[in-house]
Amino acid sequence: MGDMTELKAREDKLQGTGTSMLRKEDARFIRGQGSYVDDIQLPGMLFGALVRSPHAHARIKSIDKAAAKAVPGVVAVLTADDLKPVKLHWMPTLGGDVQAVLADGKVCFQYQEVAMVLATDRYAAADGAALVEVDYEELPAIVDPKKAMAPDAPVIREDIAEKKEVGHGPRTHPNHIFTWEAGDKAAADAAFATAAVTVREEILNPRVHPCPLEPCGCVASFDKGTGALTVYMTTQAPHLVRTVLAMLSGIPESKIRVVAGDIGGGFGNKVPVYPGYVVAIVASIVTGVPVKWIETRIENISTTGFARDYHGVGELAADADGRIKALRFTALADHGAFNSHVSATKFPAGLFSICTGSYAIPNAYARVDAVYTNKAPGGVAYRCSLRVTEAIYLIERMVDVLAQKLGLDKAEIRRRNFVQAEQFPYTTAFGWTLDSGNYHPALEKVLQACDYEGLRREQAARRADPNAPTLMGIGLATFTEILGAGPTSVCDILGIGLFDSCEIRVHPTGAAIARMGTMSQGQGHATTYAQIIATELGLPASDIVVEEGDTDKAPYGAGTWGSRSTPVSGAATAQAARKIRDKARKIAAHLLEVAEGDLEWEIDRFTVKGNPSQWKTMKEICMVAHTGNLPAGMEPGLNAVTYYDPPNMTYPFGAYLCVVDVDKFTGEVKMRRFYALDDCGTRINPMIIEGQIHGGLTEAFAVAMGQQMPFDEAGNHLGNTLLDYFLPTAMETPHWETDYTVTPSPHHPIGAKGVAESPHVGGIPCMSNAVIDAFAHLGVTHMDMPHSAWRVWQKCNELGINKRQTP
Amino acid sequence: MANTHEVAFKLNGKDVQVSVVPRELLIHTLRDRLAHTGPHVGCETSHCGACTVDLDGMSVKSCTVLTVQCDGAELFTVEGLQQAGELHAIQQAFHEEHALQCGYCTPGMLIRAWRLLQETPEPTEQDIRYGLAGNLCRCTGYQNIVKAVQSAARKVADHKVAAQAPSA
Ligand code: FES
Ligand code: FES
Repeated sequence: MGDMTELKAREDKLQGTGTSMLRKEDARFIRGQGSYVDDIQLPGMLFGALVRSPHAHARIKSIDKAAAKAVPGVVAVLTADDLKPVKLHWMPTLGGDVQAVLADGKVCFQYQEVAMVLATDRYAAADGAALVEVDYEELPAIVDPKKAMAPDAPVIREDIAEKKEVGHGPRTHPNHIFTWEAGDKAAADAAFATAAVTVREEILNPRVHPCPLEPCGCVASFDKGTGALTVYMTTQAPHLVRTVLAMLSGIPESKIRVVAGDIGGGFGNKVPVYPGYVVAIVASIVTGVPVKWIETRIENISTTGFARDYHGVGELAADADGRIKALRFTALADHGAFNSHVSATKFPAGLFSICTGSYAIPNAYARVDAVYTNKAPGGVAYRCSLRVTEAIYLIERMVDVLAQKLGLDKAEIRRRNFVQAEQFPYTTAFGWTLDSGNYHPALEKVLQACDYEGLRREQAARRADPNAPTLMGIGLATFTEILGAGPTSVCDILGIGLFDSCEIRVHPTGAAIARMGTMSQGQGHATTYAQIIATELGLPASDIVVEEGDTDKAPYGAGTWGSRSTPVSGAATAQAARKIRDKARKIAAHLLEVAEGDLEWEIDRFTVKGNPSQWKTMKEICMVAHTGNLPAGMEPGLNAVTYYDPPNMTYPFGAYLCVVDVDKFTGEVKMRRFYALDDCGTRINPMIIEGQIHGGLTEAFAVAMGQQMPFDEAGNHLGNTLLDYFLPTAMETPHWETDYTVTPSPHHPIGAKGVAESPHVGGIPCMSNAVIDAFAHLGVTHMDMPHSAWRVWQKCNELGINKRQTP
Repeated sequence: MANTHEVAFKLNGKDVQVSVVPRELLIHTLRDRLAHTGPHVGCETSHCGACTVDLDGMSVKSCTVLTVQCDGAELFTVEGLQQAGELHAIQQAFHEEHALQCGYCTPGMLIRAWRLLQETPEPTEQDIRYGLAGNLCRCTGYQNIVKAVQSAARKVADHKVAAQAPSA
């Protein structure tokens, strides 16, 4: 054993798991040298601009390209008819449906893609797009999902009107997509029938947009000589996209290369395959030159990857002490005109069935009915694992509603219903097995840090004063996430299992390169994965290069969404590193002429047990592995690849508290304090984790306080610029306080669970709960998001509390 | 091309000349013609600030400036922040304080923060938040960006760096 300072120095040098190593990827970004898709310029490249429908529902009578083609620089105008010969006018969606790539005789939502104009520069392309003349015959539009299944509702998808099934389950109406059920309805109903208390609330998760700062786009380049297709694109799942492109185009998958360079944020928005990508690819195949298509912000907000639109009903049944006996949750899901929901195939409603949250609820039943409407296709998992936000929002709201009905404190009702530490692994009424958790201490830590009792006293005083200009609300959310999609036995997309991968090559000098099936959009993978390898292999993280996003280089994986990178690829990384360390151990034993069992691993080397002056460092072994003094029969080199299929999902959790002051006269909500405690198991890079939490909370704040996509009766999108759609600036974003506990996942090789979505999933209900709590003493049990000043003011007005009291 | 104009300006201290049609936007001239891909396009409507550059001593959104308006101007972009290969204090601070994630807003943030520090060398948190309100970030939640600007301000005060224009 070396002395402690020496050991510490060696450990520090590695910057492994647990250290707040500064990010390896920053250098290029702070110099303005990132490589985003719009930075790609290829010789002879054409620009594509999409022509989009002004109507939400209309038949296309004719398309006249002549004026567009006359614009100098315009090379071609493509419509569905041009895509038909190559059979690319329709494409499969990730939700098991089909979607028109360019409108085929009819448009089903406003801004739907109708044609693409190709030109030698972006200005000419835009000019041409403005001059494509489309003759439309308007049809009645359905905007309200509640009206979609009316007997006389207009049929939105005539192409599949006769189909009995679209992806999932039988259809009962031409505008019906699926009904999905989970849990035991009879048992839940029975529990409701005999319960001492029941509560019910209609709860909306409005349609919102993830809105990463970089819009979507691609540069498609088809090489006629080799028949190879290269697509540079904004994608969170390059391998899955390559598979889809191969299935679509008939080009062998081995001849398709998808390159996701730097990606300017994803948040779920960059998982689906959008029509623009496909048209650009076809255009490149047809013209033989590279084609660039980049969305404008208006296109992005109005058509690309919505989330939510869950019209939910929550019900809880409990005994008189507030112990929950049963839960019933249903939702009507507005999927827009094409079901492009990103979901594991077996879960049409995603992982919505995590809706029991952190609570031991014996009986539960959930149902989701999905319908088509004349809106852009929805269903991306916005900073959550497939409908977890909707699920946790429902349960966290309903627990508050129940507490209110019982006159119980909100912290107390949570304490009474939490799954107990000794119950883990705990299988929920929906069949998910929560791997580990320790909910009580997490909640108590937060309550103490924020002086919950003191806050409640302050609130009571405020409530007692009718002249107080503000209402005070205290929000709590104690949530459980479900991350790490996922075990191939239950999770797949298009039939492909959701495993992930890592390949590590260690070079003679001890520097290494690692490649993964995931794809960073700002999560700091290059640093995090390097730190895992540093700890496992005893090689400094600074010498380990991490590459992702190029399908020619990286092994197959399902990509980065649903916070699956650390739970799945992080596990693959640790296991690949361990394979290498096992081989290194054999080499060390050979060099030191001892048995493998006589060696022990110490930070960066193998030492001989009982003889600590005898060792071989990993660095020395790396060289030997490439020089020849190896055990008889051993292959040279130190490489390994792992495809990791997780045995279970991981279940990080958290306890959040938020304090708001609501101005009775303006309706403005001021967030005084937000305290977030997260438990994501083993913490690889605390600095990066904290950054993810800040970002997630800020997105939660946007959803809770201001985001919603408005439509009028005709299906017109009312506001598709950043002026209309609320993205918080530094001015309105609150200050975030963070804290943590550590409860490792028992099945993950290093105990890590994933974190980036938790603050969004837990933050939104926490903020909502705080705003509604401000009104709780006035008998208010629920208010829908977003809690904008206008809506909150309306509530104040309705309650008559915004009148000046005359003394 | 018909109706093109010769426009000359100083870009990060170097003289450049371009020939553009009147409607060409500065962001496209910088990115597509001059290969300065630091400034990014996020919205094209002056809301997001990803395209922010410094034009004659002011932060402007280059998505809503015509290149022809820049004749004779002095322009700085993020590419001009480092000097002789050395990171500017503000760049260093963004790295140290983890003030960036996807990096897409970062060039605009940096060049805006640099101008902010020229105008307000000792900013309060409120000054910084207000000063950066024209630059959206969807990843970081701003907290670390604020910290980075504060730290850069201290560095500048301590070491007298960045009192001058970058790369000039
Ligand atoms: S692109 Fe110029 S402000 Fe957004
Ligand atoms: S770091 Fe991604 S937008 Fe700011």
